[in-house]
Amino acid sequence: MDLFNHMEEFKMDVLKEVGNIGAGNAATALSRLLNKPIDMAVPKVQMLPFEAISEQVGGAEQVVLAIFLRVEGDAPGNLFFIQSPEAAKKLLHRLAGFEVEGEDSFSEMEWSALSEIGNILAGSYLSSLADFTSLQMTPTVPALALDMAGAILSYGLLQFGEMGDSALLIDTTFIEGQHEVEGQFFLIPDPESFAKIFAALGVPLEHD
Amino acid sequence: MIDEQRVVKVGMADLNVISGHGLIRTTGLGSCVGLTLHDPLKKVAGLAHVMLPSSEIAREGALNVAKYADTAVPKLLEEVLALGACKSRLVAKMAGGAQMFTFARATDTMRIGPRNVEACKAKLQELGIPLIAEDTGGNYGRTIELDCETGTLFIRSVQKGVKEL
Repeated sequence: MDLFNHMEEFKMDVLKEVGNIGAGNAATALSRLLNKPIDMAVPKVQMLPFEAISEQVGGAEQVVLAIFLRVEGDAPGNLFFIQSPEAAKKLLHRLAGFEVEGEDSFSEMEWSALSEIGNILAGSYLSSLADFTSLQMTPTVPALALDMAGAILSYGLLQFGEMGDSALLIDTTFIEGQHEVEGQFFLIPDPESFAKIFAALGVPLEHD
Repeated sequence: MIDEQRVVKVGMADLNVISGHGLIRTTGLGSCVGLTLHDPLKKVAGLAHVMLPSSEIAREGALNVAKYADTAVPKLLEEVLALGACKSRLVAKMAGGAQMFTFARATDTMRIGPRNVEACKAKLQELGIPLIAEDTGGNYGRTIELDCETGTLFIRSVQKGVKEL
């Protein structure tokens, strides 16, 4: 875990850039779909205790809509795209003209549209990362869930769980105009993947 | 006078104990398992939020025993006994161990929920503590709360509301 406890500022900056490039590309894809500009907050890269990770989306019991996919290849990891159910409904309405009905449930049609949107966004996030790092990264088919944030996010922490009680999170938020479409990308590379990402980007990795 | 309920919270990969009045709670269980031990006579209870099945895979320096089923259950037992519980009266309940996402190609990591459940059960059996109720599996998250006085386990989920065990 030393690698993570003493990660220098500039390495954090490299990871921020990773988040920036991935989410930036996904934001461009979304803005093309919506024909609207999408803004992005500056990525946050933090080593967070497990408990604090669900706090980033409103707490362990907060109900969120999450698209999860496992990244396979040279630098495996977990990628989530997280939205509030309201934001997802608005996105569906804007994108495909779905009438916004019950806030808490999604029809089969909406579910499949969301899955496709997730596929596009996560795909563009990953493909830009793969281009940037020249690492091979392939996504699994995305899985969707509407549930408590704690229950969902804990799935992305299992690999870190073997090493400690915190995980390194690359967190990027989307904002559209009047905050109508908001979403957060969480990339949690497996602990072993950092060395590969740094090596691919020419960042020396010294052991202390 | 309104009796303020005391609530002890247990975080992920953590465990805690309570005695007398009050509730012990853990939130947002997905593939993790919430395991409770309760002595109805002494009114002593403990709750562990188990994340992984076995400490054999641990690569951390100082082992967090609350995180792994094989180490959390004995530790929880030790802590409730220290609070005055009697081992022969202890009963266990558990909830969680869901499979939040389903993939075509299910790897071992994806099956982590059921594996956590199996590991907890094996440890309980080894220690001779009866498992009297469980609400495990499925594909949804749960928040659980044990009433230390009655031993009732309340399980809340987004889709299914509240269930009592």
